[in-house]
Amino acid sequence: MIKKLAECIGEYKKETILTPVFVGFECAFDIIIPFLMAFLIDNGINKGDVRTVVIIGIALVICSFIAIYTGVKSGDYSAKATSGFAKNLRRKIYYNVQEFSFANIDKFSTSSIVTRHTTDINNVQMAFQMIIRMAVRAPLMIIFSLVMTFVINVKLALIFLIAVPLLGLGLYLIATKAHPIFEKAITIYDKLNNTVQENVRGVRVVKSFVTEDKEIEKFEKTSELIYKEFSRAERIVALNNPLMQFTVATIIVLISWFGGKEIVANNLTTGEFTSLITYTMQILMSLMMLSMVLVTIMISRASGERIVELIDEKSTLTNKENAIKEVKDGSITFENVNFSYVNDENKLCLKDINVEIKSGETIGIIGGTGSSKTTLVQLIPRLYDVTSGKLKVGGIDVRDYDIKSLRDQVAMVLQKNELFSGTIKENLRWGNEKATDEEIEKACKLAQADEFIKTFPEGYDTYIEQGGTNVSGGQKQRLCIARALLKRPKILILDDSTSAVDTKTDSLIRKAFKEEIPNTTKIIIAQRISSVEDADKIIVLDNGKIKAIGTHEQLLASNDIYQEVYYSQVKGGEDNE
Amino acid sequence: MNNKMKGKIDFKVLARVLKYLTKNYKLRIFFVIISLLLSTASSVAANLYLQTLIDDYIIPLVGVENPVYNSLMQAILTMIIIYGVGVLAGFLSSRLMVKVTEGTLKQIRDEMFIKMQRLPIKYFDTHSHGDIMSRYTNDTDTLSQMISQSIPQMFSVVISIIVIFVSMIATNIYLTIVVILFLGIILVVSRYMTSRSGKYFLKQQESVGKLNGYIEEMINGQKVVKVFCYEERAKERFDKLNEELSKNVYNANKYVNCIGPVNGNLGNTLYAILAMVGGILAIKGIGNVSVGLIIAFLQLSKTFIRPINEVSRQLNSIVMAIAGAKRIFEFMDEEPEKDEGYVTLVNVKEENGKLIETTEKTNKWAWKHPHSDGTLEYVELEGHIEFNDVDFGYEEGKIVLHNISLYAKPGQKIAFVGATGAGKTTITNLINRFYDIEDGKIRYDGININKIRKDDLRLSLGMVLQETNLFTGTIKENIKYGKEDATDEEVIEAAKLANAHDFIMRLPNGYDTKLTGDGASLSQGQRQLLAIARCALCNPPVMILDEATSSIDTRTEKIVQDGMDKLMEGRTVFVIAHRLSTVRNSKAIIVLDHGKIIERGNHEDLIAQKGQYYKLYTGAFELE
Repeated sequence: MIKKLAECIGEYKKETILTPVFVGFECAFDIIIPFLMAFLIDNGINKGDVRTVVIIGIALVICSFIAIYTGVKSGDYSAKATSGFAKNLRRKIYYNVQEFSFANIDKFSTSSIVTRHTTDINNVQMAFQMIIRMAVRAPLMIIFSLVMTFVINVKLALIFLIAVPLLGLGLYLIATKAHPIFEKAITIYDKLNNTVQENVRGVRVVKSFVTEDKEIEKFEKTSELIYKEFSRAERIVALNNPLMQFTVATIIVLISWFGGKEIVANNLTTGEFTSLITYTMQILMSLMMLSMVLVTIMISRASGERIVELIDEKSTLTNKENAIKEVKDGSITFENVNFSYVNDENKLCLKDINVEIKSGETIGIIGGTGSSKTTLVQLIPRLYDVTSGKLKVGGIDVRDYDIKSLRDQVAMVLQKNELFSGTIKENLRWGNEKATDEEIEKACKLAQADEFIKTFPEGYDTYIEQGGTNVSGGQKQRLCIARALLKRPKILILDDSTSAVDTKTDSLIRKAFKEEIPNTTKIIIAQRISSVEDADKIIVLDNGKIKAIGTHEQLLASNDIYQEVYYSQVKGGEDNE
Repeated sequence: MNNKMKGKIDFKVLARVLKYLTKNYKLRIFFVIISLLLSTASSVAANLYLQTLIDDYIIPLVGVENPVYNSLMQAILTMIIIYGVGVLAGFLSSRLMVKVTEGTLKQIRDEMFIKMQRLPIKYFDTHSHGDIMSRYTNDTDTLSQMISQSIPQMFSVVISIIVIFVSMIATNIYLTIVVILFLGIILVVSRYMTSRSGKYFLKQQESVGKLNGYIEEMINGQKVVKVFCYEERAKERFDKLNEELSKNVYNANKYVNCIGPVNGNLGNTLYAILAMVGGILAIKGIGNVSVGLIIAFLQLSKTFIRPINEVSRQLNSIVMAIAGAKRIFEFMDEEPEKDEGYVTLVNVKEENGKLIETTEKTNKWAWKHPHSDGTLEYVELEGHIEFNDVDFGYEEGKIVLHNISLYAKPGQKIAFVGATGAGKTTITNLINRFYDIEDGKIRYDGININKIRKDDLRLSLGMVLQETNLFTGTIKENIKYGKEDATDEEVIEAAKLANAHDFIMRLPNGYDTKLTGDGASLSQGQRQLLAIARCALCNPPVMILDEATSSIDTRTEKIVQDGMDKLMEGRTVFVIAHRLSTVRNSKAIIVLDHGKIIERGNHEDLIAQKGQYYKLYTGAFELE
């Protein structure tokens, strides 16, 4: 894990190495300065020697300024290294996610991918900064300070040798004890946030079932749990400061007693005595820092693992060598295709699919909820690979194509339409980056979107809010169709993409398809019979199997499922029109 | 420092945060303050005492033959007591603060949630969900930091600054002037750095928001990205935002990282200058400066600088926490949903042709209507709904529904048909008073709905919406959502009615299958079936189905509808649907256009009228 994360330091190696170097200088000055201060008191002030006072004083000032310089430098380098590291890490996982296939995306939930980009990276970034600064500084300070105490007085230094490991152990115990409780508390915290989110989203349900009080009760229960767990953890952490203060106090008292005797015995000067106290503080502060670093690393370890999981995830779809870049035509052949989302022959979603579609044909697909209509068409642009059997586009197995070339020729309008924040024009250019205004308008006319776009005051420059919330469902669908048309695909797939469009417009769209793009193979999944009845062929799917293929008339005459669907829509089950 | 704080910290908000702390934990806070005072005083005292120890107890012993350590022992004991008090007080204050912090946070969270439940629908329709959420997450987190760390620290820091400052003046006024002058420099420098980093922190927040928003949007639409081979372009924009964020993070942290070493070493410089000035003063014999005094003063100046550094380091987080607290309070101060209704829904039984209120579950309900003259009237709940010349606008002055008049008698199914934005959903939002009408009257069983208590009104109305929202929990719990005490048989019956039983039984754990993430594992259609079952279980006298079957295929829909029709026999149903096949067997179909009723009648009437409905209908079934 560490190695993979460390790779992301990349071009910030220089800063990453220079940070600890300058931190080292900084530490050196932090050690020298108290030493100079002691000297100033002993040999200058105590002896009334103005010259020494001034010389050492000036030396101190110079040292301080060099220390400021090194401090600013190390701060600058560490900020650069940290922000750069986080940037690279973020880019690395984002780029990898871009390579994901549908199967990969299904595996991780959207929100978990987003959290890995945000919270997890934040945690790792914090740990990184701590490691290159504190994790260098703290041990250095401890060692330097210990050495100095030995230089000053070996006997007194022994006090540290006993106290420091004890305190370190105490801090470590506190950290390791509190950490699991924190982790547990954080999962409860997630639960709480989930409750809030559900309530915000489902506010209409809550209000119409008048379950406000029940929800409040539920929330308060979780909130109570959080209160308890966090309190438990915080109570342990609250021991940190007193423990540290206690150790400081003990050491200072011991130094005062033994040090006092040493001064009397002329083995120690008062200046050295005060520096010992200063070093005491420095050692303890460093220990405190170390325990903080420890906790941060512990917290970020889980985050690091989650990030690496994304980095390691390999796309389930890969290009073959010498992949074919050109799709000849829009013909599609399914040969004994079986498909399972989990790659398990026993859990097939599609069974034994055999269909032949000629280039330029219009194909309708009808079937009940859960009959695998979407699954079937998702195989065509190779969003998933078949489990067994063969799927050919333009006479060639889809797995032999370069994925990008294949998808450029297969335009698919998904059931879950997504528009992105940006102008209408920008959204449409997803289909073709270089599309001219005329081309855009033409595609919109085909999709029957031009008319309503022109009613907007800003026309094609109307800004679409995130998720396309400021256009109606039907308008969104038509924009998505126009976007797909701009690709000038050989195959166009509409997955229930006109459900919110009124039937009149729906038929206009189909008419435009017929007249304007006769050579494009069109596959239309629909709930409405009217959307598919003039197709060249209609496939009736049921439970992952093809029940029948035929024209509207043929199916109406022979297929019971089709008849049922038809009558449920046209006849309303009672009278004849 | 003070000017800066005044400029940025909203003291009203700070006061309100403090009020929260003191409200429930008066005694605790009192003890916290006492122990903070004690621990601060002890640490200052201990620092100062060290010098006394050297000057008065150690130095006199130097050069003495057979020194007697009794007095030193006593001094050390004094030290132990000072430290002991400090450690104990420090422990007490942080221990006591745990409950104050966590308790206050719990209270704030709970209050926010309770408040949220009382907010009108309008609030949710006009605020983004992410915005509401962030008050529970980011804002509360920063506030927690502030309560548990910044406030106590600032408190003790301010105390120690005051104590030390006073001791400084008492020790020597000249040297204090040097300190004050130097303090000016330190403040100017740290102010420069905090304002710089503060600026970039704001920028950083902004670019974090932008980048996260972009990532979220792209990841949500990842399948579209794939289908359009948009990956490369998606990376371009990401790179730009990522670069921008990285730059702001760098700048913000650069200054923050510098504050510590810069201030610390300026402190050291101060030390050197004090030593030099003091030394010269002592030797020249100006202002009664002795060697001991210089050393004492130097010690003071060291302890003085540390809290000052602390303040400048805390300032940013305090400013941010207060901004968060402000957002939390704004949320809490939102106007709640008003309810002046006094007509309530009660169980009744019939005796001698009269309705009598009862606590039994009679399955017979009545509106309990107290009149102004003191009489009580019981009106049986039937589900008779009437609109009289209703006007409505979401924003004042912008009317979206004009002159709506309609009625629905018990047992009737009324359908609304029309284009998106014609006002279908709006009408149903008025019946359950998610929004209040501007003009006209809506009557429910003859009672003006403004007089009915909202909770009771809504209990009597069942709603199934196009957007199905499920809750974390089992399928069973979700179906029982509106009726906690339903038996398993009732649940299954409702599920069967909604045609959901079959698919539920196919799930790994049947009715006990856990749903998470808004039921993401179910298809849209299955979720709608669950929502229908959930509503059917409550068995309401009036039901509103707003595109409730839009994702269900027409065959299944037919089965569900037959079941619902049976269930709702003798009751009132409002249906909104795109699919005309869904609404055609309604008693009355109301065609809306731009907030006006343009046609009404049953299917046959409307077809015969050859108006808008006819056009819609024939558009659907152009059978050549």
